[in-house]
Amino acid sequence: MHLFGLLIKTIFVENVIFAFFLGMCSYLAVSKQVKTAFGLGVAVIFVMVLTTPLNYLILAYMLKEGALAWIHPSLSTVDLTFLAFILFISTIAGAVQLVEMVMEKFTPALYNSLGIFLPLITVNCSILGASLFMQEREYNFAETTVFSIGAGVGFFLAIVLLAAIRERLRYSKIPEPLQGLGIAMIITGLMGMAFLSFSGIQF
Amino acid sequence: MSTETINVPEKKKKEGLFSKKNRKVLRDPLDDINPVTVQILGVCSALAVTTQVKPAIIMALGVTIVTAFSNLIIALIRDSIPGRIRMIVQLVIVALLVTIVDQLLKAFMFDVSKKLSVFVGLIITNCIVMGRLEAYAMSQKPWPSFLDGIGNGLGYGMILVIVSIIREVFGSGSLLGFKVVPQWLYDHGYTNNGLMMLPPAALFIIGCFIWWQRNRNKSLINKS
Repeated sequence: MHLFGLLIKTIFVENVIFAFFLGMCSYLAVSKQVKTAFGLGVAVIFVMVLTTPLNYLILAYMLKEGALAWIHPSLSTVDLTFLAFILFISTIAGAVQLVEMVMEKFTPALYNSLGIFLPLITVNCSILGASLFMQEREYNFAETTVFSIGAGVGFFLAIVLLAAIRERLRYSKIPEPLQGLGIAMIITGLMGMAFLSFSGIQF
Repeated sequence: MSTETINVPEKKKKEGLFSKKNRKVLRDPLDDINPVTVQILGVCSALAVTTQVKPAIIMALGVTIVTAFSNLIIALIRDSIPGRIRMIVQLVIVALLVTIVDQLLKAFMFDVSKKLSVFVGLIITNCIVMGRLEAYAMSQKPWPSFLDGIGNGLGYGMILVIVSIIREVFGSGSLLGFKVVPQWLYDHGYTNNGLMMLPPAALFIIGCFIWWQRNRNKSLINKS
C-alpha cells in the first residue's frame, strides 16, 4: 500500500513536469504532435525504469560510505559519494547507447519508431533528476523502482496531454508573438494548476 | 591582373581580446538569442529555483561558470575528440565541473546548497551547456567559446533573476530576505499572492516575458 501511494504521488501529485520542471526542454520541443510525443514518452519510461534502479545499485554497492565493505573490511570508511554525478550520467549515457544498439539489432520496428528519441533522452533532465531524487530521498530498492515507473509515466502523461492540446490550438486565434513557445508555457502553467488539485491525496 | 591582388597574402590582423566580434558574442545571448526565451534551452532549472532571489543568483553563477569553462575545455581539445563518442566526453567534462561547483557550494554555502537540492546536479543535463558545446565550442577558438559560455550563462541568469524578483516580491513581500512591501499595505488588506510561490507561476511569468520580447522584436516570432 505504501508503494502504491508512492506511485500515485509521483505520477499525479509530484509530477516531474508540473512540480519540478524536469525535462522541460524536450517536453516543449517534441510536443507538437501526439504521435511523436507518444514515442518520446514511451522511450522515457523505458530508459527511466532501466537506469534509476541501476544507479541505485551503483550508489548502494559502490559509492555510499561503507558500501565498499563487501570487497574488504578495511574499505568500510571510504565515502565516494562525490563521484555520484559522473557515475550516474555515465550510466545513463551508456545504458542509452546499449539500448539503442540492442533495439537496432533485435527489434528494428521499435527502433524505427523510438530510435531518434534515444540520444535526446541522455540529456533529458528528468532521467538524471530521478536518479538524484532517489539519492536525496534515500529510497530503498523497491521504492526506487516504483518511483522510476511513476516518474516515467508522469512525464508520458504530461507530454501527451500537452501535444493533444497543442494540436487543437492550431485552430484558435492567438496573438502572434505569443504563438508557439509562449502559449505552450502558459498552458503548462494552467495544467500545473489543475494537477495541484491532486495534492492532499494520500494512501 | 586581378588574380595578383588575390594572391597577395592579406596581413592578418590580430584580433583584440574584446574586439567588436567578441563583444557581440558576449552580448547577443542576453537578448536576441537568449538561451531560455529564444532557443528554449535550460528551461528546466530556470523555473524550479526561482522562488527566491538568492538561490537564483547562485544558480546563475554556477551555470555561467560551468558553461564558460566547459566551452573553454572542449574548444581546447575538440580536435582530439573522436566524433562518435563526443557526447560522452562532453558529459564527463561537464559532470566534472559540476562536481567541483557542488562541492564548493556544500563547503561554503550549505544552506543554499540544500535549497537548490538536485538542481545543482542537473546543470549536467542543462541543455544550455550541451547546446553551446555542440553548436559553438566544437567549431570555434577557445577565447570566443569562453566568452560565448559567459554570455549564455548570463543570459540564462538574467531570466532567472527577473523571474525570481517578481516571484519573491509578490509571493512573500521581500527581496533577498529583506521586507520590501510596507506594513501599512498589509494593514489595509493587502496579502501576498500564494500562487507566486507555486510552480505554475514561473511558467506564466516566462510565458508573458516571451510574449513581451517577441512583441518588441518581431523577427523572433517564427523561430520556434
